[in-house]
Amino acid sequence: MRRISVISRVLMVVLVAVLTMGAADNATRYNELGHKMMCACGCGQILIECNHLGCPDSDRMLGELRTSLSQGGNDESILAAFQEKYGPTILAAPMLTKFNILAWIMPPILLLLGIAGTMVLVRRWRLRTAALPPVQRSVQFQGIRDRIHRETEL
Amino acid sequence: MPTFGSFSLLLALALSGYTLLAGAVALRQLATGARARVTPEKLAETARRAGIGSFVATTAAAFALVWAAFNNDFSVAYILHHSNRALPGPYKFAALWSGQEGSLLLWAWLLAAYGFVLRLRHKVDVKLTAYASTILAGIQVFFLLLLNFAAMPFSLVGGTVPQDGFGLNPLLQYPEMVIHPPMLYLGYVGFAVPFAFALGALMMRYPGEKWIHITRRWTMVTWLFLTCGIFLGAHWAYSVLGWGGYWGWDPVENASLMPWLTGTAFLHSVMMQEKRGMMKTWNVWLIFSTFMLAIFGTLLTRSGLVSSVHAFAQSSIGSWFWAFLIIVLSVCLFTFILQRDHLKADNKLESLVSRESSFLFNNLVLLAACFTVLWGTLFPVLSEYVQGNRVTVGAPFYNRVAVPIGLFLLFLTGIGPLLAWRSSSFKSIRKNFVLPCIAGLVAAVVVIVCGVHPWEIFTTDGQGSFYAFFAFVLAAMVVTAISAEFLRGAGVISRHTGQGLLASMVQLTRRNTRRYGGYIVHFGVVVIFIGIAGSAFNQSKEQELGFKESLNIGPYRLECQSYSQDSNANYDTEFALLDVYRGGKKITQLAPEKRFYIASQQPSTMVANHSTLAWDLYVIYAGKNPDTGQPIIKVFLNPLVAWIWIGVAIIVFGTGVALFPNMTAALAASRNRVQSAAVADALPARGGD
Repeated sequence: MRRISVISRVLMVVLVAVLTMGAADNATRYNELGHKMMCACGCGQILIECNHLGCPDSDRMLGELRTSLSQGGNDESILAAFQEKYGPTILAAPMLTKFNILAWIMPPILLLLGIAGTMVLVRRWRLRTAALPPVQRSVQFQGIRDRIHRETEL
Repeated sequence: MPTFGSFSLLLALALSGYTLLAGAVALRQLATGARARVTPEKLAETARRAGIGSFVATTAAAFALVWAAFNNDFSVAYILHHSNRALPGPYKFAALWSGQEGSLLLWAWLLAAYGFVLRLRHKVDVKLTAYASTILAGIQVFFLLLLNFAAMPFSLVGGTVPQDGFGLNPLLQYPEMVIHPPMLYLGYVGFAVPFAFALGALMMRYPGEKWIHITRRWTMVTWLFLTCGIFLGAHWAYSVLGWGGYWGWDPVENASLMPWLTGTAFLHSVMMQEKRGMMKTWNVWLIFSTFMLAIFGTLLTRSGLVSSVHAFAQSSIGSWFWAFLIIVLSVCLFTFILQRDHLKADNKLESLVSRESSFLFNNLVLLAACFTVLWGTLFPVLSEYVQGNRVTVGAPFYNRVAVPIGLFLLFLTGIGPLLAWRSSSFKSIRKNFVLPCIAGLVAAVVVIVCGVHPWEIFTTDGQGSFYAFFAFVLAAMVVTAISAEFLRGAGVISRHTGQGLLASMVQLTRRNTRRYGGYIVHFGVVVIFIGIAGSAFNQSKEQELGFKESLNIGPYRLECQSYSQDSNANYDTEFALLDVYRGGKKITQLAPEKRFYIASQQPSTMVANHSTLAWDLYVIYAGKNPDTGQPIIKVFLNPLVAWIWIGVAIIVFGTGVALFPNMTAALAASRNRVQSAAVADALPARGGD
């Protein structure tokens, strides 16, 4: 019992260490958050990548992002604040909320269902297929097989 | 010339309409055996000739529009809006596909050209070609109706004709824009041909799988065009848009990817039908879907259904495309329901571990990828309908959902060819998989030593290293598997003929061009994946650079030598001259610029790129600091990008190889021709019929 407790404590420490290891600095977070939002000017570009001449929004928005980071907000609160100010289209991808979660789960669910369905189908087909009669392994036939193996190395 | 163009379009519509009606009547007579004054064969022949005539008329219309562009005929509204006097010649030619009406004319012309070739080659199978020709004429009628009544390229300007045009969108003034749209359209339109053959074969209950043999080259060439079109578009985006990337998951980019994915699935699964008579229904629906997705892609571009950076092509003709899509789907469904008993499979899958099942899983993954792209593209519309507000589905979504699917596909690319048809024994699996697995393990160690740490996904938000790690490992496995296939076959030939290994590989490939051409294409795909994986390690820096000031990124140092401005009849430009040093030695000079096009009053970025196999040094003139007047330079260091374009070149080569007939088949064909000629010479002449 004591051993389990020690192991679980060690695991907890390792987990916390892994999760906090190299916690992103502000420059990294600026880059990551800048890639999670769109420019509000309607150019359809990721905020940090918006580069068109005289864009009325990207510089101001990036400035707001820098300010939010320096004020110590976490990623979720910063994204929520931008969403509040600019509307839901400002996020480059839907958040995992209510209906939006469908956007994320539908493709993998469909793929898994497809794979599972195919496996079931193949299994049913295989069970229905009548067993083939055993191959006649005459000396001559075996000779041909050996020659094919020798020549093709398959 | 506008009158000539308009008349040509009307004539083309009349001729296509006749091809459709006369062809349909003739085929109906042939099917029912009904008697008529004109024999169905003669009626079908008139339909075929009218189809050829419609190509001539459509060509004349396209010529008229290009002529108007080159002669600055600004009385034509389309030319007024998409050209100007100072526009260089090649871009005047490109004006044909720079706007809504012109690009629809290009669609119609390419469709007519495909139809022209098909109708000339009708002796391959007269009846099946007649069906395909009639179906193609139906599609052609739709596009010509659009051009004559909804999106008229020869509309005239009301009132006084302006002296100069409004110019071409600056983003389109780049050499690749002269070739990218035609390539893409050749791909989109080209899928109409295998679609027409598949639908025709189903309608006439075509016996056997010969229709697949007939359409194989059409499908491959079309697929190749679409592949080239997509990657030319990516290269154009990389070189012109100036955001440092080549794929932005824009709805219009997605629109081109969807038919490519289903078309790729079709190219693979059709082999199952040829070899084992399986997946007939699946194949028919794959090619139906591919064609419908090509139309749907055009609908997305034109209707404004989803917002896109390709907004220059939006208009109100979306309803026409919806109607056409519904008609196509109805015809496909109706034909399928009527003839579905004709699509019964000759064989069934016998094992989960077989070549057939690998094709099936490959198809599933490709379709899952297609669904992901479609779902992501349409989700904003769905969200608006359900939640009352739009959401954006951009790169972060696709990076998380589509990239793992792509990696799974890469995995299947490697293992599929290693499995035997019908069923693979454990012994053969072990024998074939040992080497790729060892290669994968070695690659994993090397990649980790080089600093790619997949576990970073747990410590930072970026999944880049994680995906890149698996991409490199899987790439090593697939390349080893492909190389082993080549070496094994070449080794056997080498021992039997005494030829060198390279010569044996060439002979091996020539003996089965389709199989080994396919492997080369797979190799190209792997190289592209390696190039894309490099994007996980992109670096960028932005800095104001005065005279003799420098910026460091990776192993490079950029030093500003000068910055200035210039102007010509077409545009004003600001640029900076930057010397690039590596290890203290000057290696090149780059000149990023920002242009301001006078006619269209729009700015454009001209990226300066120093590309090597290791990385691209990608430099943008981001603007000028209004206080200091000094240029602001943005630099990206993008690893491995060149491998993407190399991968595409390998795919083109591999597809070219696969299109060649096998050496033995070609020899047999020439032998048959010689024998037939000898027999014909030996036989006495007979009366013709």
